[in-house]
Amino acid sequence: MIEAALTLEVRLPQGVTFSLPLAGPITRCLAFLADVFIVIALLSALDRVLSTIVKLSQDFGTGLIILGYFAVWTLYGMLCEYYWQGQTLGKWLFGLRVIDTAGLELQFHQVAIRNLVRTIDLLPIVGLVGGLAMLSNRRLQRLGDFAGGTVVVRSHRPLPPHFEALVRGRYNSFLSHQVLCARLRQRISTHIAALAVDALLRRDTLEDLPRLALFDDLANYFRGLVEFPPEHTDQLTSEQYVRNVVEVLHRNSG
Amino acid sequence: MILNLERFLAHERPYWEELDQALQPFDRDRFYRPSLQASLHLFDLYQRAAADLGRLQEAAQPELSAYLQALVARAYTQIHSGRRQGRFRPLHWLTQTFPLTFRRQWRAFVLACCLMSLGTGFGVTLLRLDADAKRVLMPFPHLMTDPAARVKQEEKDKGKQIAGHQIEFSASLMANNIGVSFTSMAAGMTFGIVTVLIVFSNGLDLGAVAFDYIHAGQSKFLLGWLLPHGVFEIPALLIASQAGFILAGALIGWQSRLTRAERLRAISADVFTLAAGSTVLLVWAGLIESFVSQYHEPVLPYAAKIAFGLVELAALALFLSRSGRAQAGKDRHD
Repeated sequence: MIEAALTLEVRLPQGVTFSLPLAGPITRCLAFLADVFIVIALLSALDRVLSTIVKLSQDFGTGLIILGYFAVWTLYGMLCEYYWQGQTLGKWLFGLRVIDTAGLELQFHQVAIRNLVRTIDLLPIVGLVGGLAMLSNRRLQRLGDFAGGTVVVRSHRPLPPHFEALVRGRYNSFLSHQVLCARLRQRISTHIAALAVDALLRRDTLEDLPRLALFDDLANYFRGLVEFPPEHTDQLTSEQYVRNVVEVLHRNSG
Repeated sequence: MILNLERFLAHERPYWEELDQALQPFDRDRFYRPSLQASLHLFDLYQRAAADLGRLQEAAQPELSAYLQALVARAYTQIHSGRRQGRFRPLHWLTQTFPLTFRRQWRAFVLACCLMSLGTGFGVTLLRLDADAKRVLMPFPHLMTDPAARVKQEEKDKGKQIAGHQIEFSASLMANNIGVSFTSMAAGMTFGIVTVLIVFSNGLDLGAVAFDYIHAGQSKFLLGWLLPHGVFEIPALLIASQAGFILAGALIGWQSRLTRAERLRAISADVFTLAAGSTVLLVWAGLIESFVSQYHEPVLPYAAKIAFGLVELAALALFLSRSGRAQAGKDRHD
């Protein structure tokens, strides 16, 4: 529920607002666990690489391993997030990204601080402090995020919209009744029109029964606004009725 | 407003795709700097996309505007982030940024010094009142022995114990001390409570050890042992704690009209600079502790070690108090 509800809203100087979906605690926790496994794998690889040096010089090799372990553990998150647009491998796997709270470019000190403060976020056990901090604010920030001025968002990049997906190129019998179409455009509210578009765009994600019920409701609502001749509507499913209405509204208006 | 979506998308999509293309070099290289002409064109495309987003939002089309939101967000990040960071210049950072930041935030350093002095005084007092407290106050097991016996053993040993393990020991010291200093900085987010405890407990240890050795008549050994690395190690912990207290100060926001987020944003660069600066000092301290501090008379005369420590201390004090002054003056002039 948390993941579906919260967004980071940034208001542009032009007065337009864009919002980015915030990542929830569970996804972030899984991404962190993935990163822990990745770091362990890196440390194991480092161990193998440096073992030859240990054979040549026990002191120097062991010193390198100690510093290497420390460096990998400390720098992995910082360097990944700084050079890879806010992502570590774990975050990439789960489609997450660290961003600046103002939507600006991440600075190195921000990612460094958010990673260093993780020590406190992980206290006293299994990240209780960080978890509680995340649940106590609307931006789902752990203490490291507060200190660094960052948030974690879902990094999904949607594809460009295609109008054809809405109307699917079928013959629209409503278009032959221009007066009724004009009346429909006049009577319909912007939000209901947008709801119809959303319903069509999301139709493949809906279960069969809820989808049928949704399109029945919408079609019945539109039928109540303007009555098209029965010979043009009798054979139409509710979904096709809604498609016709959307085409009438968005293809021929403005 | 009901939009003619078909016409709108057909007309505007090429511009969005062009903007997407223009943003791709930024995705590939965070130091990418476009030419002036390319920047102006990018800005035009961004303005257009933002206006389109506004139209789609007015038309209440959240699903359709998702693509444009993501695109405008990417463009906004690149256009509004101000002056782009150049490549990191380590020498400039170390000799200018770090000491300037240290001096700008001197109050937090004084606070850290006071707390450590308090801890040291407390350690001295406790051991003076109750010699048995040594069992709980000493930070390391090898300090539990009688100081005179330890000095005798170390002088007899001539550094053989550490021979062949200097690098390993040095690396362990660095990793441990840097970890502690990072924790002290990060603990600022507990409103400074844990930072206070870290600084105070380190002072307590120092006071107890110092009193134990001075009381046993081993002052020369103590100075020769602690000064060479301590003059860097202790200030490094104090500087990391200084960063922690700055963080705590921003979190508390006493007498500030800024929001918490604004306060934290304002100090985050300074906090990182101080934490990273303390790391550099601790690398040096780790090397010196392993390669100098662990060798005593007759291998290294105490007088030489003490002199070395004092020279280091003077150099560090000079560096922190003077370095970067020319840069600060230039910045003020600009």
